[in-house]
Amino acid sequence: MLRLPPYRLLEPSSAEEAVKLLTDEPGEAMLIAGGTDLVPNMKHGLFEPKTVISLAKVEGLEGVSDSDAGLRLGPMTTLADASQNELIIERAPALAQAAGVVAGPQLRNVGTLGGNLMLDTRCRWYNQTYFWRKGLGYCLKKDGTLCHVVEGGARCVAAASNDTVPALMTLNASAVFLGPDGEREVAIADLWTNDGIVNKKVSADELLIAIKVPPQAPGHHGTYAKLRRRDSIDFPLFGCAVRLDLDEKGTVSGADLAAVALVARPMRVKGVEELLLGTKPGSEAFDQAVEEVAQLAYKRCRPLDNVPGDAEWRREMVPVYVRRALRSATASSGA
Amino acid sequence: MAARDIHGPKPPWGEHFQVIGQGHRKVDGPAKATGDAIYADDIVLPGMLHAKTLRSPHAHAKIKAIRTDKALALEGVHAVITGSDLPEYYGIIPWTPDENALAVDKVRFIGDEVAAVAAVDEDTANRALELIEVDYEPLHAFLDPNEALGRGEPQIHEGRKGGNVSKHVELDFGDVDGGFEEAEVVVEGDYSFHGTTHGAIEPHCAVAQFGADGNLTLWSSTQITHYVQREISKVLGIGPQHVRVIQPCLGGAFGGKSDPFSLEFCVSKLAMLTGRPVKMLWTREEVFYAHRGRHPAQMHYRTGATRDGRLTAVDAKILLDGGAYSSYGLVTTYYSGQLLTGPYHFPAYRFDSTRVFTNSPPCGPKRGHGSVQPRFAFEVQLDRLAEKLELDPIELRRRNFQGDSTETINGQRVTSNGFLECLDKVEAASDWKERRGKLPFGRGLGVAGSMYITGTNYPIYPNDMPQAGIQLKVDRSGLVTVFTGGNDIGQGSNSVAAYLVAEELGVEVSDVRVVAADTDLCPVDLGAYSSRVTFMVGNAVIDACRKLRAQIVDTLATTWECDKKRVRLMRGMALDLEDSERAITMREAFQLTEAACDTLGATGSYNTPKLGGDYRGGAIGASPAYSFTAHVVEVDVDCETGFIGVKKVWCAHDCGRALNPRLVAGQIEGSVYMGIAEALLEEHKINRFGLHEGPSLLDYPMPTTLDTPEIEALIVESVDPEGPYGAKEAGEGPLHSSIPALANAVHDAVGLRLTDLPFTPAKVLRALREMESAAGA
Repeated sequence: MLRLPPYRLLEPSSAEEAVKLLTDEPGEAMLIAGGTDLVPNMKHGLFEPKTVISLAKVEGLEGVSDSDAGLRLGPMTTLADASQNELIIERAPALAQAAGVVAGPQLRNVGTLGGNLMLDTRCRWYNQTYFWRKGLGYCLKKDGTLCHVVEGGARCVAAASNDTVPALMTLNASAVFLGPDGEREVAIADLWTNDGIVNKKVSADELLIAIKVPPQAPGHHGTYAKLRRRDSIDFPLFGCAVRLDLDEKGTVSGADLAAVALVARPMRVKGVEELLLGTKPGSEAFDQAVEEVAQLAYKRCRPLDNVPGDAEWRREMVPVYVRRALRSATASSGA
Repeated sequence: MAARDIHGPKPPWGEHFQVIGQGHRKVDGPAKATGDAIYADDIVLPGMLHAKTLRSPHAHAKIKAIRTDKALALEGVHAVITGSDLPEYYGIIPWTPDENALAVDKVRFIGDEVAAVAAVDEDTANRALELIEVDYEPLHAFLDPNEALGRGEPQIHEGRKGGNVSKHVELDFGDVDGGFEEAEVVVEGDYSFHGTTHGAIEPHCAVAQFGADGNLTLWSSTQITHYVQREISKVLGIGPQHVRVIQPCLGGAFGGKSDPFSLEFCVSKLAMLTGRPVKMLWTREEVFYAHRGRHPAQMHYRTGATRDGRLTAVDAKILLDGGAYSSYGLVTTYYSGQLLTGPYHFPAYRFDSTRVFTNSPPCGPKRGHGSVQPRFAFEVQLDRLAEKLELDPIELRRRNFQGDSTETINGQRVTSNGFLECLDKVEAASDWKERRGKLPFGRGLGVAGSMYITGTNYPIYPNDMPQAGIQLKVDRSGLVTVFTGGNDIGQGSNSVAAYLVAEELGVEVSDVRVVAADTDLCPVDLGAYSSRVTFMVGNAVIDACRKLRAQIVDTLATTWECDKKRVRLMRGMALDLEDSERAITMREAFQLTEAACDTLGATGSYNTPKLGGDYRGGAIGASPAYSFTAHVVEVDVDCETGFIGVKKVWCAHDCGRALNPRLVAGQIEGSVYMGIAEALLEEHKINRFGLHEGPSLLDYPMPTTLDTPEIEALIVESVDPEGPYGAKEAGEGPLHSSIPALANAVHDAVGLRLTDLPFTPAKVLRALREMESAAGA
């Protein structure tokens, strides 16, 4: 078995204490929730924290609550719980679906919503053992200067691989962080940079304390479609979430599309709403709009050879999965 | 037992079996299910050290110098060894010893072993590895078998004849050219099979202890204790009588633990140097480098037939990518041609098979050794032939059936042969006649057939001793202990030994204890490979039991003053068939016999009859019995994505007699699972750096339960004249035809001929597009 490098484990009981511990050891401490990303990455020598701060005993980070402002999701809510939570299934069906297709059942029992949001980017040249990476002179993201995906590339293109993020983006969700200077709320869509080394605008001393999903339109529908080779375990080779709001007449009054597993940042495909507005699922106009959205996504989404699977084929799958997501969204439950 | 005294397929008592044919639990099932079973890594000995291996980061390089002093100076490090400590060459095949426990002067693939450290714990050993300095001089690395075939320099193994060719076999039988002249239809095609690996859930692990008495004990997750004992003795220079190899409970092998491996030599040497027990457990990544998986193969086939579908000639040319070492490569090269000559009659056959060395992890035997790749190509050829002749593919196969009690064109003796019944069963179960060719576009059915060996009479190293030996100890407590060198690797061979003893001696299965795979305690068996254990160990068990049974029956007949024919041993009781008053427990029967005959025990053995054609290599692939299989696979091809969904697989397998139908069905299901995985998902791929593309269970995608199709296991019992109660193998045969049946189903579904494995959705989609544009043009 690969060995876990030595580290000091701290178990604070409050969010404030956790932030204090992060601040005490700038750059040396990392947070652990479910550990399903952190632990293998530590075994691969990708993360080398001297201190690991467990969130297991921090109060107030679990569970789902409901108010006029919408849903407040504790980041320590497990992916299994999130996928089975009735409030999430009813109000944010795409998120429940996405949480339910992360990794496999055992991993969803320990992996958390917050962990999936804060997931490190992934690349076939990066998520490997130290020995393996050494064999090819490492890579841009860790220990090296070369990119093996884009020859001569100066910017890391490791892929955002968080299944839940496209759903959260289409839901206009936001994240609440606690830092040394207090709380900060930021739209999840605004969280990203296009740098595969660190793709989130979150400072090392901030702790994710909540994910907020605002109230959705009365005729809200949403779904998440995930491309992968196996029906379990695998990270996305492409993933897309759609939101489709229908008015009382059943015509589209709002829509959104976001995708993941392309480049370093999750991507909202702009211009989707305009194409779908006013069409009615089942009608020819809707079908035509779906096709236009699929083609738009095909134009915008260009998978790279960063994660496994033929990149050209992954691109071919973009319109297919967008089409399928849009069609099944109308069949999903809505609030 | 030699061929001269086969015990025959009949039940030992009366007309019916008491134990055989029923779905008994495996003898080690409860221990495995509860976690009580002891695997190699569960072994912890007082003072035990932990060892780690330094591996080459170069695909091909000379070693100029190794400096280990800094590593040795690290606190907690007890010993560091390099190639010069274990310079003796070894290899599973005695004619091709080209491996060293640690590289002596060069490394041949990324992951090749260079040095080993024993330390107080794994972390210290790992730190020490980083302190070892190695100067390499990189050499040109061969990653493409075609290049290795065409270019002999630099040689991967210096001083060998023939550049980088590992083995070349060219054999022809009958009038091949005449056969093609006679042919009214000829189908010709290229096929390629990618590399795949075993993926046993337990990584390799070994623990060694060197006693003050000069005896070495090695616990290892091996499927060949006997050969490991021989090679350890040779490399470490200790007499084999001082080497005890024990196989603890094993977490799967599939051929991946049938070579002697570096770690076994290293822990032994380190234990001798330090005087402490030493353990080495490989990481999953290291298991991928150790590999010995299925050879990537490029194959060209020509198949000739008459207008009514009778084969006239088959011609094959095969290039095998052997990776860095020989391993079983000599045998693989023969098997790639020799095992194709059934279940169909070949009037003329030629194959030209070449194995080359490349700078990638060494290939070896994987479930269906050497013959899964050719079977794929040939069965797709047959489907194309059927298409050309407008014949039902099952009918085409029936017309070419070779029959039972026959001899193949390459001199293999075929005894029982239930292939026609296999075809009948899959045809009926899949509703083939009603559905094949008639399902909506995208859905289809495909068929394929195959044959495999039940052990081979080629014993790896030439000798006239039995291939399998058994000792029985009978105790006055009522317990029967079976000592067998056979390796139970999860296939259930220990359980089979217990069932056979229970049947023969009339005791309950729970009153039989099996002691297996311990070279100090057990008589030699050659190991778990070539699907030989149930057949050979089984026959040896019956042989031993018959000797013991005779003593017991004689004793009871004398005691009861009755004819021996009246004595029956069954279900824990000894009975006089004609006097119901005379019924004693087997414990009492053993005690009476022990009193009359002295301490009870018996030996039994099995050796193959002389088999095989009278030509060089004629014995390789010659088996005392062949198993036969037919598959029908139903697929649903998603033409938008290229995904092939396998809806259902029907697999009928002729195992001679199902000693335990539950275990046979399990082997069929496991084989189908593995075959479908190789067809659709798994690929052992080496990238442009010579690095394994993803040596982990995340990147090497073995199917999950969700990716596993519904499987219907159909058992055919042809009752072999020489198998134990007529049994043949069931562990490897049922894999073969699953892959071509799937390929043929895709053709039925969408009209696409897939010839390049694995059938990834990207490839399928591309092929579909090409087919559409060709049709449109």
